Amino acid sequence: MALLDVKDLHVAFPRGKKGEVEALRGVDLTLEKGQRLGVVGESGAGKSMLAFAILNLIADPGRVTKGSVIFDGQNLLTMSERQIRRIRGNRISMIFQDPMVTLNPVLSIGTQMIETLKAHRSISTREAHRLSVEKLNLVAIPSAESRMDSYPHELSGGLRQRVVIAIALLTDPELIIADEPTTALDVTIQAEIMSLILTLCRENDVALILITHDLGVVAEVTERLMIMYAGKCVETGRTRDIIDAPKHPYAVGLLKALPQNSTRGAKLYQIPGSMPPITNLPTGCPYHPRCERATDECRAAMPPLEHGVACFHPMHENRAHDDAEAAL
Amino acid sequence: MITWRGFLKRFLSDPVAIGAGIVLLILVVMAVLAPWVAPQNPYDLLQLNIMDSELPPSWRDGGDDRYWLGTDAQGRGVFSTILYGTGISLLIGIGAVIVQGILGVSIGLWAGYRGGWVDSFLMRLADIQMSLSTLMIAIIALALFQTAFDANIYADYAIIMLIVIIGVAEWPKFARTVRSSVLGEKNKEYVDAARVIGLPARKVMWIHILPNTLTPVLVISTIQVAEAIMTEAALSFLGLGMPVDKPSLGSLIRSGFEFIFSGSWWITLYPAIVLVALVLALNLLGDWLRDTLNPKLRRGDD
Repeated sequence: MALLDVKDLHVAFPRGKKGEVEALRGVDLTLEKGQRLGVVGESGAGKSMLAFAILNLIADPGRVTKGSVIFDGQNLLTMSERQIRRIRGNRISMIFQDPMVTLNPVLSIGTQMIETLKAHRSISTREAHRLSVEKLNLVAIPSAESRMDSYPHELSGGLRQRVVIAIALLTDPELIIADEPTTALDVTIQAEIMSLILTLCRENDVALILITHDLGVVAEVTERLMIMYAGKCVETGRTRDIIDAPKHPYAVGLLKALPQNSTRGAKLYQIPGSMPPITNLPTGCPYHPRCERATDECRAAMPPLEHGVACFHPMHENRAHDDAEAAL
Repeated sequence: MITWRGFLKRFLSDPVAIGAGIVLLILVVMAVLAPWVAPQNPYDLLQLNIMDSELPPSWRDGGDDRYWLGTDAQGRGVFSTILYGTGISLLIGIGAVIVQGILGVSIGLWAGYRGGWVDSFLMRLADIQMSLSTLMIAIIALALFQTAFDANIYADYAIIMLIVIIGVAEWPKFARTVRSSVLGEKNKEYVDAARVIGLPARKVMWIHILPNTLTPVLVISTIQVAEAIMTEAALSFLGLGMPVDKPSLGSLIRSGFEFIFSGSWWITLYPAIVLVALVLALNLLGDWLRDTLNPKLRRGDD
């Protein structure tokens, strides 16, 4: 049985008197134990929304309108608040983008860690303290013992994100959702933090959902990949396969847009136009206004997700491969 | 974030703050130590002698060395009664602010965090409460209490009554301040993070959000203590506050007011000076605190 099984997940926000806009429009996802999945897409594609929907933490007035999130056999969306709190932060942890703002500025690192542990385990403060120091050591924080009394503003960005990761690991979760964990960090530290997350997940057999803009990181860290566009999954499959031979024109565009895939001195490629706002989606395939392969069929109907790609005119295996080759 | 060291440095570089701090410190220390430093105990009827009534301050003609600032109509030393009265005024002021704070912070936190109809309901309630003046509510409540119960019972419970009434009447100030801070805080990511960790709403509110909203609470607390002391003094002056045998600064002023035209001005004047000094010191400190804790007004020197 899969660790996490998301089926046909819809999230909607009310708009005006009666209307609704859908931020997620039917997302499916399966994740085995210890598996690492990358979720890639432009800003506003619904990546973070997906993360929050999985934990059933969509902020008011938004709500999940349809679908199920089965974690280890239980539907997180129909659970009581009390039941789901036993899973949040305990069996599923989350790492956010900016450690500057995810740590409470007025509480010491130790307080925040001990409190997290005590929310899920009935242990003494002394024991919680010991476990917290242990995890701080695990994420290679120097002089962990004395860092327990530090406040977030006393730490550097990289250290702070290490603390956030330590907090995420505190309860030995089975799944970590990392929402752009390195975006807010210095480039020099990004690789360090990413490899730390990878190592920890591998060693402890923790599943990972890595939400990111960065296809390069995804290629290194994840086994499976999901590309999102306007609240929908447009392509999914093994990371290697997609990177080598993307089928959806959007995936092709994203890969082509990587700076390392362009010729030196040539103008960088960019996908023409921008993602439509969810309040004003075009008919049919949401990508058709930007797609060079779009036909009337695309304008009329949304292509279903078949063989890992939601497109009426996917790239041929060979053709896609050639494109990628040419780009390299 | 401001450090304690920076806070102290800022305090020591502001003469107004130092002045207000010293005045407040002296008054508080004297009030706390009243039973030991006061020349006589004005509550102990055995120590009072009606023959000593309305003596002028000791340096004036007819003054008595035992009574530095003179005596009132019951023969109590004005100096001693001021010391005890300051204590009662401070007690009521601080007590009322604690009541206001507990009520206001809880309600504001709840309203801000929950939002929606809970917020609307509680804030309309606050609007209604604020549209009724504190003095009016206090006058009605205290007048009812005084008629409903015996004057002696009233005298015993006067302090508690004043604390509760002034506390309840002024909660919206805290509630609104806290609510607006909560609205600013609750969309920050550390709140999301706390919810993701699996903490219940109660803990998210009290452990994570509340400490981040305490700066404005601290500032209005000082100003509200001054306000509560003034309200109590006004009520006492109207005869609805502290009884004559356990006078606060307000009731001292009132009891002396009746004798002002017979020439015994000292009974009113000295308590009034202390009251003004106390309230002024609190307000100046409150203003200073507001400026110091406001990052927008702070120069980059800490």
